[in-house]
Amino acid sequence: MLDAALCIVRRDLLLALRRRSDVATALLFFVIVASLFPLGIGAEPNLLRAIAPGVIWVAALLSSMLSLSRLFAADYADGTLEQMLLGAAPVGVVAAAKALAHWLVSGLPLALIAPVLALQYDLPAALYPVLALSLLLGTPVLSMIGAIGAALTLGVRGGGILLSLLILPLYVPVLILGAGSVDMASAGMGGEGQLLLLAALLVGACTLAPWAIAAALRISIE
Amino acid sequence: MKWFWYASPQTFYPLAGRMAPWFAAAAALLCIAGLYVGLVVAPSDAQQGEVYRVIYIHVPAAWMSMFIYVVMAGWAAFGLAFNTRLSGMMASALAPTGALFAAIALWTGSLWGRPTWGTYWVWDARLTSELILLFLYLGFIALQAAIDDPRRADRAGALLAIVGAVNIPIIHYSVVWWNTLHQGASVSVTRAPTMAAQMLTGLLLMAFAFWMYAIAVTLVRVRCIIREREG
Repeated sequence: MLDAALCIVRRDLLLALRRRSDVATALLFFVIVASLFPLGIGAEPNLLRAIAPGVIWVAALLSSMLSLSRLFAADYADGTLEQMLLGAAPVGVVAAAKALAHWLVSGLPLALIAPVLALQYDLPAALYPVLALSLLLGTPVLSMIGAIGAALTLGVRGGGILLSLLILPLYVPVLILGAGSVDMASAGMGGEGQLLLLAALLVGACTLAPWAIAAALRISIE
Repeated sequence: MKWFWYASPQTFYPLAGRMAPWFAAAAALLCIAGLYVGLVVAPSDAQQGEVYRVIYIHVPAAWMSMFIYVVMAGWAAFGLAFNTRLSGMMASALAPTGALFAAIALWTGSLWGRPTWGTYWVWDARLTSELILLFLYLGFIALQAAIDDPRRADRAGALLAIVGAVNIPIIHYSVVWWNTLHQGASVSVTRAPTMAAQMLTGLLLMAFAFWMYAIAVTLVRVRCIIREREG
């Protein structure tokens, strides 16, 4: 069972490595969106410091969503997904492995690069770990919830735009807690409460989401 | 009583046709009574004056928008578990009414907010939750509309409704925690209501009127869906 999961993660990572531009595009999107806000709002340092957590989090949300439509699409098109569902490994494990691979490729880099963007926004250096940690805890939840939407919209007309309509409302708690943790920390109250709640969301998503993803895949494949 | 007898669209279709007019009549009567009590009998509010009377539409609509989502998710879960065709149809028939009530609650709320709070919209917890609820309804409707095969549309929509139902409390509490300006609930089951008896009567009458309306409209809509699919 674990072998199957490891195999899927390794395969997806290898595929991502062979097609580096896909990964780079999502990451670049994150950087560009975050860089556009100062141009639109103005470069007043106090204002930028105030909006930085929210802007970086919204950009991360959109960037993570952008790569979701590719999560199952290629496997669905060439029949690999059907074979995975027919295989001996439980579908929930397959689903969790796919979501994990998606996070490693699209979520983890965001958390690593976020401090650089925080630098652009003149955020105090003490907040970098909080921001990175909130993204580390929050982006896997985004991948898990997003995978449900991606599985539901497989092969559906206008899948990409529909996907955003389905999952963005479900992303709200992660956004509030993620940006809130940095806001609280910058107000000197410590962001531990929000980070703990984010961790709780992560545990909840890891427990429940694979079931929902598996059910959605079964619905879409049959 | 054979409950599953009516689980078949063929047998439910005539039953729905017989029940719908009764629920529609009940909705009309309760609505007239509720509006009479609310607009004529009930006193004006000590602080808000006449503006408060929008609650006779606003609060029942908000209640129903939340209640209908729960009912919809219930039908969806039932349909996934027992694989009954009618459950999916009921869920799709409920969604537009739920979305309508959510929109009415937001709309009347902003009309009330303008004279009372001095603004049409604030990023308050309840308003935001209601807005997100509307988005969830619209997502459900859009997903079902995008899938051509009705059985797959039912099942995909059902899963989305269940995921939404699990998430709604999380969304609600995260938003509450984020910001709260809305006045606390005036009606509660556990403690004495903080409003005049006539106001409460009008409010409850309107809530029942909306409830009956929702049932009547859903029954008519489910009849249309049955005709469309079963021909």
